[in-house]
Amino acid sequence: MSKHHVTTKINGDETEFLCETDETLLDVLRNQLGLTGTKEGCSTGDCGACSVTVDGRLVCSCLMLGVEANGKSIGTIEGMAKGEKLHPLQEKFLSHAALQCGICTPGFLVAAKALLDKNPDPSETEVRYWLAGNLCRCTGYDKIVRAVMDAAAEMRGA
Amino acid sequence: MRYEAPATVDQAVALLSAAGPDGRVMAGGTDLLVQVRTDVLDPGVIIDIKGIAELRQITEEAGAFRVGAAVTGAELKEHPKLKSVWPGVVEAANLIGSTQVQGRATMGGNLCNGSPAADSVPALIAAGAKAVIAGPKGRREVAVEDVMLAPRKLSIGRDEIITAFVLPARPARSSDAYLRFIPRTEMDIAVVGCGVSLTLGADGTCTAARLALGAVAEKPLLVTAAQDVLVGKRIDEAVLDKLGAAASAACRPIDDKRGTKEFRVKIAAVLARRVAQIALERAEGKQ
Repeated sequence: MSKHHVTTKINGDETEFLCETDETLLDVLRNQLGLTGTKEGCSTGDCGACSVTVDGRLVCSCLMLGVEANGKSIGTIEGMAKGEKLHPLQEKFLSHAALQCGICTPGFLVAAKALLDKNPDPSETEVRYWLAGNLCRCTGYDKIVRAVMDAAAEMRGA
Repeated sequence: MRYEAPATVDQAVALLSAAGPDGRVMAGGTDLLVQVRTDVLDPGVIIDIKGIAELRQITEEAGAFRVGAAVTGAELKEHPKLKSVWPGVVEAANLIGSTQVQGRATMGGNLCNGSPAADSVPALIAAGAKAVIAGPKGRREVAVEDVMLAPRKLSIGRDEIITAFVLPARPARSSDAYLRFIPRTEMDIAVVGCGVSLTLGADGTCTAARLALGAVAEKPLLVTAAQDVLVGKRIDEAVLDKLGAAASAACRPIDDKRGTKEFRVKIAAVLARRVAQIALERAEGKQ
């Protein structure tokens, strides 16, 4: 069985890879492309650690086959900072101490950015529901929610 | 495992026919890929239907909506009109999983996964939705309540796929609603789910109604007795009491880790009342 030849865009860069049908996008990102910022948690779509965007839509990369990325535009945590300059969400996660072990953090950042791209002024309730599919076992979520609200305010120029 | 991404319904049906029992249709993949990952399923061919344009569209024709079977929950919610006409269907579909899952999960998949607790299914049944099914002999329409037979068992053939759901045209003063009971606020599987769709006459009398329940039997149920309770009446407390009793009477649940039989029977009545009230307020234009 020959591998699939996939052409895709990852964080704006044209990328090609070969994959088997049963390799998920998460497998491809981590094991072939060295993009290990996207984390593997549950592998069943419950924890959100593997969150990426596909054509701007937030998804779990563990619930998508690598071959499905053909012709799509993928966004991962590696595309979030511009060189050395962190995204406001990343800055606020640091200043609010919104992480401890850090495994869930890339997923939270990608998910939070997808929310703010769509809704620059979410209520706290909207933030909590949007992020309900991202699990953190360390922080208790309050610091994460505060960091997202603060980043949103800063990005609006408030 | 092979991967096929047909561009037309006919190609998808031909691939499924050729694959026989080895073939699996994938829409959003949020249930299928978990089952493959955990070795519950080991399909020889995955047939990805997301590349079929007609399965990704929502169209309106003479007041009826045709929702492609591979339209995602996120797309349903973003549709400019669907949510105002069928708020219950959209809110039910949007209870499936997280934001991430909503980006992929579809109502076609929710039904074909064959879970009695699927959230979108009671809402579709209450709405009187028909599933459009394509197979080697052409297309047919089946009421959604007749698609699932038992857990993981469907009435549709191995070489057939659901291409769309048709939501019928709505008279004025109609609406619907869906609620489920879960012990938390998000990200859970229904202990009981309930959908109600109703229409009111000019004088406020209920002229049409359908109620469906999830997670209280081997498949989602249309509660026909609810129609008899509601139609011809003004929906007051006494009618809601009778509606709750009809919902409870229809339940034939199991005990499991999510709830006991007794609890499910009781909650079915509570949800039936609440959902009917929400649908009523919406139909009256209060919500």
